[in-house]
Amino acid sequence: MSDTTAGPVKTQAQSEGFTKALRLWMTAGPGLFWIILFLLIPSGVMLGIAFFTNSDFGSPVLPLSLSSFWEVLGNGILGWSDANIITLIRSLVQAGVATSVTILLAYPLVFFIITRPANMRPVLLLFAILPSWTNQVVRTYAWMQLLNPGAPLAHLAQYLGIIPEHFGLMPGNFAVLIGLTYNYLPYMVVPLYAAAEKLDWTLVEAGRDLYASGPRLFLNTVFPQTLPGLLSGIILVGIPAFGDYVVPQLLGGDKAMMMGSLIAGQFTFSPNWPYGAALTIIMLVFTCVGLLTFRKLTQRLGGGEGAML
Amino acid sequence: MQQDSTAATLAPNAGRGAISLSRVTRIFAGTIPAVDHIELEIQAGEFFTLLGPSGCGKTTLLRMIAGFETPDAGRILISGREMQDIPAHRRAVNTVFQSYALFPHLNVEQNIGFGLRMQGVPRADRKKRVDAMMEMLQIGQFATRNAAQLSGGQRQRVALARALVNEPEVVLLDEPLSALDAKLRNELQIELLRMQKRLGMTFVFVTHDQHEALVMSDRIGVMSKGRLQQVGPVLDVYEKPRNVFVAEFLGLSNIWPVSPAGKGAVNTPLGPLQISAVVGEGRMAMIRPEKIWVYPESTTPRERMNVFPGVIREAIYMGASTQYRIELQGGHVVLVLDTNNQAAERSWQPGEPVGVELKPENIMMVEG
Repeated sequence: MSDTTAGPVKTQAQSEGFTKALRLWMTAGPGLFWIILFLLIPSGVMLGIAFFTNSDFGSPVLPLSLSSFWEVLGNGILGWSDANIITLIRSLVQAGVATSVTILLAYPLVFFIITRPANMRPVLLLFAILPSWTNQVVRTYAWMQLLNPGAPLAHLAQYLGIIPEHFGLMPGNFAVLIGLTYNYLPYMVVPLYAAAEKLDWTLVEAGRDLYASGPRLFLNTVFPQTLPGLLSGIILVGIPAFGDYVVPQLLGGDKAMMMGSLIAGQFTFSPNWPYGAALTIIMLVFTCVGLLTFRKLTQRLGGGEGAML
Repeated sequence: MQQDSTAATLAPNAGRGAISLSRVTRIFAGTIPAVDHIELEIQAGEFFTLLGPSGCGKTTLLRMIAGFETPDAGRILISGREMQDIPAHRRAVNTVFQSYALFPHLNVEQNIGFGLRMQGVPRADRKKRVDAMMEMLQIGQFATRNAAQLSGGQRQRVALARALVNEPEVVLLDEPLSALDAKLRNELQIELLRMQKRLGMTFVFVTHDQHEALVMSDRIGVMSKGRLQQVGPVLDVYEKPRNVFVAEFLGLSNIWPVSPAGKGAVNTPLGPLQISAVVGEGRMAMIRPEKIWVYPESTTPRERMNVFPGVIREAIYMGASTQYRIELQGGHVVLVLDTNNQAAERSWQPGEPVGVELKPENIMMVEG
């Protein structure tokens, strides 16, 4: 008797559980699949390669060793060199300065746009982000035409005595900085615009009403409201700029090498897969640690709830 | 009587917190002026209310006093000083915003202390004043809370404290209670009033709620279409409205067109009425529903003036009072409000014959 009543109840619960599971897989499944296939598996493979030994042709062979990580620290056949550490620091500094410059450019630009009539704003925003629709390589080549020794900008710099005659503004760190700033500016403008568009101007009036004006008015009423957008922008610009390959490759030269070029080199010109893999892992660790620190910092500031992380 | 007679007698209106507006006009992109040639004297220490429907220009006028809008014409004087070239942040005027506009990134204490901080008041002094203000408004226990964690009434108190702590000459309040529920609103109305009397600051209060205006104000300025329709003490504005708009905006009313019939009488659609007010040109007769007397048919004093027989057509019981629509002879309907000071069974039912008396001294003449 009890068997017959328990039977259908169980099936119903089972089918409910099945629908729930199906719903979960239908929604979260594709994203999870994507992350596993294109992020976790490749990263795992990369991590694995890093522990192999380098063959004469640059491919990973047995035995397993830590030699590639040893190499990352700067130890080579010719003894210890500071080249890797300098490249890392240069990458961090270039990314940091480029991010700062995009912030300084994006604020006036965004506030210029949001103070225009509502029907003009989308067009103006489009102008600001339109360049990012073309290929990064093409854009960077365009900068080469502007900065090389024969270019008008270089002539102007020569005339002003900033650089010696017959020199160009590239290759070098300055050119890389320009390239990074130019390429990543839209990624600062868009999140900042999104935050600024929702700005509650009553708060600005309240600030004026309470005796604030000028920079203090901005810092106390406008800036806190744009902080979530700014933090998103810093992440969207800072991380790709840190690992950028195209810009330092085309505008940088040897003395302006960044992590991206260093890694790419290990898979192309002078192959050493385990070393390249180890460099990649180290860079990934740096990025993750940086992100987590940044997250902690924004939580402490209290304004970062809305930031994309 | 109708215009601002008190202001005229006190010639230079220049005390701390006095506001003087002359021919103040603001025209937005369209063609109709939002604020049209406003002449107004607000006395120091007065609770003055700008009352009017939405879009009448009352908020624009308030914003011009605050300095958020610049008049297209006219002059604004605060405490006797010309405000033409003085920006909002240098005016000794603080605003309580309709949306409260509390800074979301600051806690209660920091919000209240913001104005003092911007004025460069030293930290210790600032803390003392903020604490005193929080105590006065009973919000001390929320000092370190974020504005988002407060209820509407608490936010309202913080917004008020943030304005009052600066000891401004004038406090501007832009419909500050409109977002609160009725009970809390009544509570805060009384508290606001007490605070104003205690501190002696000039309060300019904007609202579209006539009850709120009547409860709180020393004087009311009724606005419509960018113009002041009437300015005067609460009693005057309600009891002696200058025109039909003011009469209808401040409460229920019966209004009839009249033509003079001589000897203190006028002809109305109801029949001849005796009045004690001066008839004047193009004016109408107005009587408030609560000023009409209703008698049972049998005891109607028919020998008196302005007594009409009628029939109850509708009775709306409202607790303390009942609102009746009484049809008189000829089909004219009068609105009557009767206090329920007798047992409920004594109130009239639809269909009952009654007598109504419109006492001559209760009939006002208003402009059409």
